[in-house]
Parts: sequence; structure tokens; C-alpha cells
Amino acid sequence: MEIDPFIFRLSIFILSIFIGYYVVWSVTPSLHTPLMSVTNAISSVIIVGAIIAALAGGSGNIFDTANVFGYLATILAAVNIFGGFLVTHRMLAMYKKKKDKK
Amino acid sequence: MISANLLAVFYLVSGVLFILALRGLSSPETSRQGNLFGIIGMSIAIGVTIISVGNFSTGFLILLVLLLIGGSIGSFIAFKIPMTAMPELVAGFHSLVGLAAVFVAISAFLNPEVFNLGNPGDIKIASLIEMSLGAAIGAITFTGSIIAFLKLRGIMSGSPITFFGQHYLNLFLGLSLLGLIFYLCKTQVDTWFWIIITISFLVGILLIIPIGGADMPVVISMLNSYSGWAAAGIGFTLENTALIITGALVGSSGAILSYIMCKGMNRSFFNVILGGWGATDQISSSSSSKEQRPVKNGNADDAAFLMKNASSVIIVPGYGMAVAQAQHALREMVDVLKKNGVKVSYAIHPVAGRMPGHMNVLLAEANVPYDEVFELEEINNDFANCDVAYVIGANDVTNPIAKSDPQSPIYGMPVLDVEKSKSVLFVKRSLSPGYAGIDNDLFYRDNTLMLFADAKKMTEEIVKSL
Repeated sequence: MEIDPFIFRLSIFILSIFIGYYVVWSVTPSLHTPLMSVTNAISSVIIVGAIIAALAGGSGNIFDTANVFGYLATILAAVNIFGGFLVTHRMLAMYKKKKDKK
Repeated sequence: MISANLLAVFYLVSGVLFILALRGLSSPETSRQGNLFGIIGMSIAIGVTIISVGNFSTGFLILLVLLLIGGSIGSFIAFKIPMTAMPELVAGFHSLVGLAAVFVAISAFLNPEVFNLGNPGDIKIASLIEMSLGAAIGAITFTGSIIAFLKLRGIMSGSPITFFGQHYLNLFLGLSLLGLIFYLCKTQVDTWFWIIITISFLVGILLIIPIGGADMPVVISMLNSYSGWAAAGIGFTLENTALIITGALVGSSGAILSYIMCKGMNRSFFNVILGGWGATDQISSSSSSKEQRPVKNGNADDAAFLMKNASSVIIVPGYGMAVAQAQHALREMVDVLKKNGVKVSYAIHPVAGRMPGHMNVLLAEANVPYDEVFELEEINNDFANCDVAYVIGANDVTNPIAKSDPQSPIYGMPVLDVEKSKSVLFVKRSLSPGYAGIDNDLFYRDNTLMLFADAKKMTEEIVKSL
């Protein structure tokens, strides 16, 4: 009997939740704000869906409704990716140790 | 072109890089490297997707231009935003992820062949469930984050908005969403899909309006979690491992942060979500006859004298410090104290501020070394040996009543034991109660000196008289 590919994806999903659980508990509380901004940036990987939706239209008309939604999602995700990673970088650059100051 | 298997391997690599990005945040030293891993993972995911679609026509040029526009807007915001505005920025960004998820789901619904999900009107049932869940959670994240953004920005009042039957309405809408998804799968009629999205937009608004300003740390973490689940839902639809892994990571990250925030307030998650804390408790506590007790009132010179002659000082910052933008003045004050040989450390309560880690970022911005900043459990025993506790913009998180009075709404909430230090300097604009609507017993203690002023002005004055 074949296993439905859905089960494989579900396995990846469940195991990732566990990885997330342990990894996030090890994040130091002082970095919780950068944690939020970086998770926000990486969740914008939804842009891969947006790119496929924007470019892969079969009709040949690049302004098909489905494509337009892809384009819109691309812009939104792009704002998030650049904004999220850069603002995280800016914050992390501020965390300094005592001895670094001198 | 690129084979489906190779593509899947690349997505797996980006997924692993995202895990490493979060792992890096376990300490400030490794965090910058972690962020770099995240950027590499994202670049790989975007690059291989464009190559795999292999469409380099006009549409591709439009896509590049849009990426550039979005990227410039994002970069501009990231460079310009002041650190005090971080909570509303994060809320704003969450709304974008939510809306992007909705748009991708709509696109997949309108044009399912592109994603190998079947044909319009005959989409695979599993895919329909996944995309409608992704769209619904995305829509809730979108409107919910917009409301959170408006409240944090001060455009909308931070006080809870409640009305009769609110929770039943939410319950009804939530159940009807499930029913609609069932009907959508049965009939494949697109009207249901649009209704699902519309109701979800409404649910997002209704969920967040009853939640008050000081509960925002929970709300932001929760919306963070939702944006992850929305991404995972879309990941299942598109059969994309990078999205599934990332969605699960972000979803559990947000959930853990919500849990930590709830624990910091000793409240259950449902208690926060059902909202209206400040609204109900204010009445019962204002009747208790504590208002007329005497307080000791001091000025900047008194404070300067006390701190200069102390051997150790602990600073307790709160949201008021963020509002007054007092972090730089505070750092100056500490610098002077340190020159006088005073040992200074900072104590951060888990729910200080409007988002997890809010105070830490502000102190880091003011060049406070992170190894002088401590969490509640690390520093709470030190108050007993400390000469002066300088409370700036915090209130409820220092209230000793949480330890002594079972009747109090904040009973059981972990608090900083500031009253154990030899003297307490409490910078506050007035004697008004904090967000929880309860009087702070600390104001009337013999070892407390109230400094009635704006946090920034008072700190600057202390610097002068030092």
C-alpha cells in the first residue's frame, strides 16, 4: 500500500513544530523582540507561492486575475522580507557586551 | 528548469537555514550570524522558485520591479523606524503576511491548475480545506494586526471595546466558518470561498477590539503565531516544504511567546483573549479605601543624594520609559553613577512594555550592555541586598499586593521584589493606578520616595544634580 504524500508533509509539519518548540525555548528572553521580527521575515517565504501565482498563469495573459493577486502578494511579502531582516539586523547590532564598549 | 526533486531539496535547505536563524538567537553573539542564515535561506527559496517556473517573459520583469518596490519600502521603513515604535512595526508586518496568505490562497483558488490542485470547480478536497484554512487564518491575522497596530500607534483607544454577546457572536462566526468550509468542499461554489474570507476579516477585528493596551504583548505574540499557521496552511496547499517548516516554526514560536507573556501576568490565555480585564476590575478596587494614605514626596536632589551614596542600584524600567523616551537619559544617569563606584543593574519583568523583549531593545539602543540587564528570576533575590531601586515607568509589575492579597486581580502574578531594597525611588507622573486599575501598595511604604514627574525630565534633572 502506498503512503499518501500528505502524510509525509504532515510528518514534516509535526516534527517542525517540535523543533520550533525546543529552539524557541532556548532563545534568550532579551532577544524576544528580534525573535518576533525575524520570524516575521521568514514567514514571508510565502513569497514562493506568490511568485508561482504571478508567473505560472497558463492563459498567456499576464494580467489575469489570478496573476494579479500573485503580484500583489509579491509586493507585500517583499516589504516584509526586506523590512523584517533589516530591522532585525539593526536591532541585533545594538546588543553589545560590557567589554566591547572600550 | 529544475527537477521537482532537486527543487524540494533546495526548499529543505532553506527550511534548515531558517531553523538555524532561530537557533542563533540563543545568544546575542550568535544572533547576527543567525540573521544571515535567514537571509541566505530566503534568497535560495526565491531564487529556485523563479528558476523552476522558468517564465522569463514580461511577467518576470513586472515581478522584479514589484520586488524592488516592495524591498525599497521595507528597507526604508526598517531604517527609519524608531526603536520605541517596534511593537506597532511588528504588528504592521504581521498584517502583511496575513494579507499575502489571503492573496496566494485566492490565486490558487482561481487558477488551481498552476499549482496542480485540479481544475476550477473541481479542486481536490484536501487542497480546498488547506487553502480555505490558510485564507481564513491569514484574513484573521490581517485585520487583527491592523487593529493591534492602530491601538499601539494610539490612533485607536487602547481601552477594551466590549459589547453584549460579543463572545457568543465570535463563537457563532467561528462555527459558521467551519460550516462554510464544509459547504465549499461539497459544492465547490466560489461564493462560499468569498464569504469565508469576508467573515474571517470580521473575526479578526472582533477578536482584538476587546483586548486592552497592556495585554498587547500577548496579542502581538498570538498574531505572530497565526501568521505562521496561515503560512503553513498555504504550504500544505502548494506542497512546499520550506513553507510548511517555516509555518510550523513561526507558529510554535508565537505560541510559546504568548504562553510566556500570559505566565508573566499569571493569567490564562483565554482570560486575555476574552478581554476586558481593566474594565471590570476597576470598579471593585477603587472602592477600597486606600486613596488618602500619605506618601513621601521627593525631588531630583533627594534622588541624586540617595543614589550617589548607594553601593548598588537596580533599575526597573517599564512602558512609561518607552513613552517618555527616557532610555538615553537613563543611560547617562547610570554612567555618572558608575563613575562614582555604584554598581548598577537592570531588572526586566517579562511583560514590561508592549511586546516581548521590548525593554531590552530600548536599553540596547541606549548602549546599555546586555550583560547588565537581567530577567526577573535572575535578579529578584538581589533586591534584598540593594540600596536603591529606581522604578521608571513600571507600576503593576512591582506591586507587592500580588504576593499578599488573594482578592487582588493580580494576585499570583510574578512581581519584582523592589520593596525589599533599602529605598525605592518611584518615578511616576501621578498616584493614579496602573493598567490593572489597582492601587500600588508600594507608594505608601516608608522606604518609598515618590518622584512625581515625567520619566525623562526627572532622570535628566537627577543627572544634573549628580
